[in-house]
Amino acid sequence: MIAYILRRLWQMAPTMLGVILLVFFLFNWVGGDPAYILAGKMSNPAQIANIRKQLGIDQPYYIQLWIFIKQIVTFDFGNSWSTGEPVSSIILTRLGPSMTILLPLTILETLTAIALALGIAFRRGSFTDRAVMIACTMGMSISILVYIIVGQYFFAYQFSLFPVQGWGESFAENLFKFSALPILIGLAVSVAPSLRLFRTFILDEVNQDYVRTARAKGVSEHRIKWVHVLRNAAIPIITYVMSNLPALLIGAFLIERFFSIPGIGREVILAVERSDFPVIKAITVYVAAATMIFNLLTDLLYQAVDPRVQLK
Amino acid sequence: MNPSLQQPSHVSVAAQPQSSPGLWALAWRRLRADNIAMIALAIVVAFLVTIFLSSIGVIAADWEVETGISYAPPTFTVSKDAISDATDVKQAKQSSQTSISGTDNPLDPLRDVIKSLRHQEHAESGVVTEDYGIVDPLEKEMSEIRIALAKSGKAATTIRAATLPFGADKWGHDIIKKTIKGAETSILVGIIAAFLATLLGTLFGAVAGYFGGRVDDLFNWFYSIFTSIPYLLLILSVAAVLQQKGISTIILILAFTGWTGPFRLMRAEYMKHKAREYVWAADAIGASHWRKMFIHIFPNVSHVALVQVSILVVGFIKSEVILSFLGFGVPVGTVSWGSMLNEAQNELILGKWWQLVAATMAMAVLVTAFSLFTDALRDALDPKLK
Repeated sequence: MIAYILRRLWQMAPTMLGVILLVFFLFNWVGGDPAYILAGKMSNPAQIANIRKQLGIDQPYYIQLWIFIKQIVTFDFGNSWSTGEPVSSIILTRLGPSMTILLPLTILETLTAIALALGIAFRRGSFTDRAVMIACTMGMSISILVYIIVGQYFFAYQFSLFPVQGWGESFAENLFKFSALPILIGLAVSVAPSLRLFRTFILDEVNQDYVRTARAKGVSEHRIKWVHVLRNAAIPIITYVMSNLPALLIGAFLIERFFSIPGIGREVILAVERSDFPVIKAITVYVAAATMIFNLLTDLLYQAVDPRVQLK
Repeated sequence: MNPSLQQPSHVSVAAQPQSSPGLWALAWRRLRADNIAMIALAIVVAFLVTIFLSSIGVIAADWEVETGISYAPPTFTVSKDAISDATDVKQAKQSSQTSISGTDNPLDPLRDVIKSLRHQEHAESGVVTEDYGIVDPLEKEMSEIRIALAKSGKAATTIRAATLPFGADKWGHDIIKKTIKGAETSILVGIIAAFLATLLGTLFGAVAGYFGGRVDDLFNWFYSIFTSIPYLLLILSVAAVLQQKGISTIILILAFTGWTGPFRLMRAEYMKHKAREYVWAADAIGASHWRKMFIHIFPNVSHVALVQVSILVVGFIKSEVILSFLGFGVPVGTVSWGSMLNEAQNELILGKWWQLVAATMAMAVLVTAFSLFTDALRDALDPKLK
């Protein structure tokens, strides 16, 4: 087990190096000279030279790359270009609000989608199945922007069921008052694609021999669904949910932006708007690292779910 | 012989001497049998014809003409009487205004004086005023503009409509024309970016799958890099770096980040096909690597590429809408569904829902039809998948 984890981590190294090179290439080479962005419109050559020296971009490229790698390893990306706040503290403080939204959202979404998928996959081709599938296709074709705009307008602004936007100090207030509507909207957006996918996973299992055997020995339909089929369909479902988690951190940026939730996604948007390169660079590299680590965790979870899986 | 073989197919299939139906003819026949697919195809074609007409300027070329009043409501929301009432009120207002300034107040003790003053004014209005030798430097231009306005500007200065078929935006643009123009931008960006991304993915996938070995490792390394960064984060990073807005920028961003899907599938196809007998045969007659890859193998795997293009179009249209909404997409002055939704967001608070509904409906109909057609196309081209 330990050997497996170590080998997987070792295999990640070239990919991680590639991500670092890609980000470096984008921001230090394609992006042009950041000194002009930093110095603003009124600048003189001395100022620009000074900024270039501070950032280390008067050095040759290989030294700049080494500086960048040192920044990543030591979690020290310097200060944000626009607010002056240390980048590491930006990321750490934004992680909490993002998680407050994402964890309940992911749990609710997965459970809802599994329950619905189990419900309709066993009635394949029926009216309910087709109606739900058509509703999913149509629901997925409407832009996520519309869900947020309309949801915020009606539920928060018009009917005053939830606060329009904002974020508080205490965790309970954030979770139950400010996160409720964002989570509900996120649920409405994300259930349809998950449901479609989970349905195909479950359909692969429905006609297997073990289902017939279970029925033959008199196992209740309920138990067949939730114990026998679900356990076998769990691997692709876990893969999907786990590999989506890091992407969701960014994917929630629209919700965070509309509801003024100080999370990672909103920070990315703000950083792009302000050309705040250190923040974008840091978030990109760490989210990529998180994606890879989550892939490893997924593989480890496989064994917990399915003892037949051998990690080699 | 089966008479159905003779039926014309719009897919260009070379007439084969032994006249056994090719992949495309078979796929077209399967597609024809699928009613939902044909309806979806009709809707997609209708959209494409519309944006083609709008791009060559036949329709919606005048979307920037401010035909309605600001936020003119859609005609169907206002009952007929209300419209005529509104115009009546307006006319009444105008006439009352003229009557106030024009007619005399019989109780006014100064009315004779005013009358005479008015006469004087009328008489003097034709007289050239003394301008103390200063000549207006723009006089010539102004008079030209006035003449031009008098000639052509009639339409521009005519009364703006109180209602439009589907309402107007803040500036009085017709929403229907604006939606068509927005569709043109969004769909064109989606289609061109999807073709570019598939081209990149096919090229990389062909090289990686065909040559294998070190080359394959290199491209797989690229693939794992691009897939370990979440798609949207990659798009936003590139948008942050490029700093310039424009249709071509957004197409490049989407193509640069979207090639991974086609790459994976095309690589698998090329690995499968390079060991087939026909490729050996091509090798035996001395075909070069590039010839084998793109003249011999590609036609046999092009259906995979086509399905990938249509999957990507839907995804890219959605991405373009989000990017333009955030202001990283189309430049100012270009309308797309994303920029329409951006305006609609503030309008909704004022109760002006029509722009939101128009952009949403247009996008939802197109994306639903395109997705359904893509599913059917995939089933038709690869019946084994079912």
